[in-house]
Amino acid sequence: MARLIVDRVTKTFGAFRALDEVSLDVSDGEFMAILGASGCGKTTLLRQIAGFDKLDGGRIVIGDTVVSEVGQHVPPERRRIGIVFQSYALWPHMTVAENVAYGLTVAGVRDPERARRVEAALALVELKGYAARRPSQLSGGQRQRVALARCLVTEPSLVLLDEPLANLDVHLRASMEDEFARFHARTGTTMVYITHDQAEAMALADRIAVMDSGRLLQVATPSQLYREPADATVAAFIGEGIVVPAEVVEVDGRGRCRVDLFGLSVGMRCAPAQRPTRAARACLRAGNLAIVGAGAAGIGARVVRAVYQGGHFRIEAQLEHADGVLVHLTAAEPCRLAPGDAIRLAIDDGWVLPASDESVAVAATPPGLRPRPDDDAAATGADR
Amino acid sequence: MADTAGWRERAEETALLWALVAIVAILSLLPLARLLFEGVAPGGRFSTAALSSVLSSATTWTAARHSILTACGGTVLAVLIGATVAVLVGLTDIRGRNAFVFCFVLPLMIAPQVVALAWLQLFGPSSTLLKMIGLAPAMGSRNPLYSAEGIILLLGVQYAPLVFLTLRAGLRTLPQELLEAGLAAGAKPLTILRTIVLPLMTPPLVAGIALCFVSCLGNFGIPAFLGIPGNYLVLPTLIYQRLAGLGPSVLSEVAVLSCLIGFIAVLGIFLQDLMLRRRDFRITTTSNAMRPFELARWRPAVEIALWILTIVVLVLPLIALLLSSLVPAVGVPLTVQSATWSNYDYVLFDHAAAKRAFVNSFSLSATAAIAIVLVAVPLAYFLVWRRSRLLRLLNLVTEMPYALPGVVLAIAAILLFLKPLPVLGLTLYNTVWIILFGYLARFLVLGLRPVIGGYYQLDRTLEEAAQIAGARLLRRLTTIILPLVAPMAIAGALLVFLTAFNELTVSALLWSSGAETLGVVVFSFQQGGDSTYAAALAMLTVAVTIALMLSTLLTGKPARGVLPWRG
Repeated sequence: MARLIVDRVTKTFGAFRALDEVSLDVSDGEFMAILGASGCGKTTLLRQIAGFDKLDGGRIVIGDTVVSEVGQHVPPERRRIGIVFQSYALWPHMTVAENVAYGLTVAGVRDPERARRVEAALALVELKGYAARRPSQLSGGQRQRVALARCLVTEPSLVLLDEPLANLDVHLRASMEDEFARFHARTGTTMVYITHDQAEAMALADRIAVMDSGRLLQVATPSQLYREPADATVAAFIGEGIVVPAEVVEVDGRGRCRVDLFGLSVGMRCAPAQRPTRAARACLRAGNLAIVGAGAAGIGARVVRAVYQGGHFRIEAQLEHADGVLVHLTAAEPCRLAPGDAIRLAIDDGWVLPASDESVAVAATPPGLRPRPDDDAAATGADR
Repeated sequence: MADTAGWRERAEETALLWALVAIVAILSLLPLARLLFEGVAPGGRFSTAALSSVLSSATTWTAARHSILTACGGTVLAVLIGATVAVLVGLTDIRGRNAFVFCFVLPLMIAPQVVALAWLQLFGPSSTLLKMIGLAPAMGSRNPLYSAEGIILLLGVQYAPLVFLTLRAGLRTLPQELLEAGLAAGAKPLTILRTIVLPLMTPPLVAGIALCFVSCLGNFGIPAFLGIPGNYLVLPTLIYQRLAGLGPSVLSEVAVLSCLIGFIAVLGIFLQDLMLRRRDFRITTTSNAMRPFELARWRPAVEIALWILTIVVLVLPLIALLLSSLVPAVGVPLTVQSATWSNYDYVLFDHAAAKRAFVNSFSLSATAAIAIVLVAVPLAYFLVWRRSRLLRLLNLVTEMPYALPGVVLAIAAILLFLKPLPVLGLTLYNTVWIILFGYLARFLVLGLRPVIGGYYQLDRTLEEAAQIAGARLLRRLTTIILPLVAPMAIAGALLVFLTAFNELTVSALLWSSGAETLGVVVFSFQQGGDSTYAAALAMLTVAVTIALMLSTLLTGKPARGVLPWRG
């Protein structure tokens, strides 16, 4: 059993709340990615799970054992987990084989059993001929694989990976991603993978937990995360979603609705429980927008920037109806748009963001203090 | 569900932590506390008799005045030499930098009493060197070094490398852009030196000055060799004379004198703190180290000047010492016929105390070096990575026995161990063990600092990876951490060994028959008028020191800035 339960875990450094009641339930054999920008608290969470730091509230359960709780702390060396560090943390004074064998030696496993298992672990990461080398004689990708072999040789029930690809070249990353995926399929180990790279998380994970400012925003499958973000922050962070104010006019109770977007009527997806409201927000993807002719139904916009990206242009435009709302879309070559040009945009789909506790709170404030919807959307569109 | 193994792990860590706390407390806190106690309550009874008798004695204040005068004079000279050399070596494109740094720092590693002896052989009527070139003053005339000026000159020469080293370390952190910005603004190199470099180098300069002052104040070897013959006493030599002449009966009195010299030293450190508190000198940019200024046509002249300095302060005294060690008796001119190895024969094979001193100094220094490193590795672990508050507080205390003059620690050790140890009933006084205690207490910081530096350079995930692999603290320390900090630990051990091997200040007060050190034997040869034997023995210690220093140049590179003589 290697289920991992993180239950309302809180960690503060002075007045700073690095982790704010984070709860996460990783099932046995699952590959969970924890995704967030640097400083969001994902590494703090990993250090809590590993046991390097003591928590200030909540508890952590690995398998059947409470490993962290206020007043009780199982030290890392007793947790029986594996970690692949960002820096790999290979011991420079030991050979590859000695690095891999260390955990077994500590556990009292002796030759020939130990040698057999080290060899098997090195074979698994395709480093059979490298046993006698020193870490300094290996390439980045090889070091990564040694770190993986070292972590897996003791057959831990839970493996934590701390941005393991961050120090690798772009072309090496893709092959290592494959390696991790095959690895997970073969061993069935529960894995928690910390990363700031959403493409990496989407490619590898069964589920992704998105973190921001020490809080967990959404835990969902990669596709759900992209199609149905839980709030404006996730929508903007994942796949560069465009968040715009919208009015939900009509709902069918089965996940479809009709939305009024600056006078344009658009059919969109929404939560089955969504109710008609004037103060909703919708998440649009670049692919939902298309440039149409002057007579067609659409929203007027003015081009701000046109950037060539090889084969297509990325067009950034400001909607005319609500100044401050920036949208972006791709336009195929040839394209003669320049900043200042007026265009008309058609919208074919979108996702109505579920009303969060926050927007309820906004609705509860007196009308005079309530931020205008466009201000709110502009703030969301900015890089938070 | 705290399992028993988890409990054992915690117990192991707690036991190690408290063992370290106990060691640091016994080595650092206990002696100083005992000394202060003796100052106010001599023999265990509160009394101001010793205090007032010492403080009302004219001898005390004469010695204190001499101490402050020579320390200040020595510091000024050391700063003039050390700062000039640091600027030239650190900022300009002179050639042969590493060789020069090695030679310039050498006097710091050689024992002060050997430096004093070498300079005495350079001047004066019995100088073998001056006789050879026919410049020796008439017999019976006074050696000009037996004076306050002589003491100041030698203190300055001995400690100029200290100022040089702190300033050079500071110059290494100076970002190139700051100087380039000055050049771009149209300033000439000398203007940049005056308006940018020197103001930014105030903290290391002030730190170097304070270190230098405290070292001059605590120096025993130089005023002992140059001051005692002319009855020019400073506080350390006054303490030595009282104790050597009258024995432990004057302990309370010398305890007060030790407190006085400790007080002057603390005052110096406090002044340093005060000078730096006013302004913020933090350098905000980080970038490449600076590119040296080109001296262009001045370069040969500067290089020649630097090497002449080396010849005057290092080579000539050592040649004088060597020549004196080769003459059959004091005053005999050295010729090809009269040159003899008999002095070396005598100190190596005939003189019982000298032979014992070799064994004692070697084994004491080696034991101290190994023991200190074995303590320093776990101690630095708790200080740097665990940030143990209790130990951080105690760490400040570990600096004290080294910052304070050596006689202070020696007196404190005598007070602690004069009577048999309670419970155990062992007597350390009059054995080598009290000297070992002195070395451990005084040099712990020397070994600890490089190891702490080593931890700061290590990636802590290397330890965390071992922790995840299930290794407990003691195993992590022995199989992962010790091999990784080994280069720094070895450098620290070497510093401790060389310093202990050459020291006299602590053992001059703690030695006893059978427990002599090399420093003590050189001192007593010289005091007894056997300066040829003293010269031979001193040459041998210099040879051992230089050989060990050179050996570090051949082996693997420890991190920059650990061993002072490596550029």
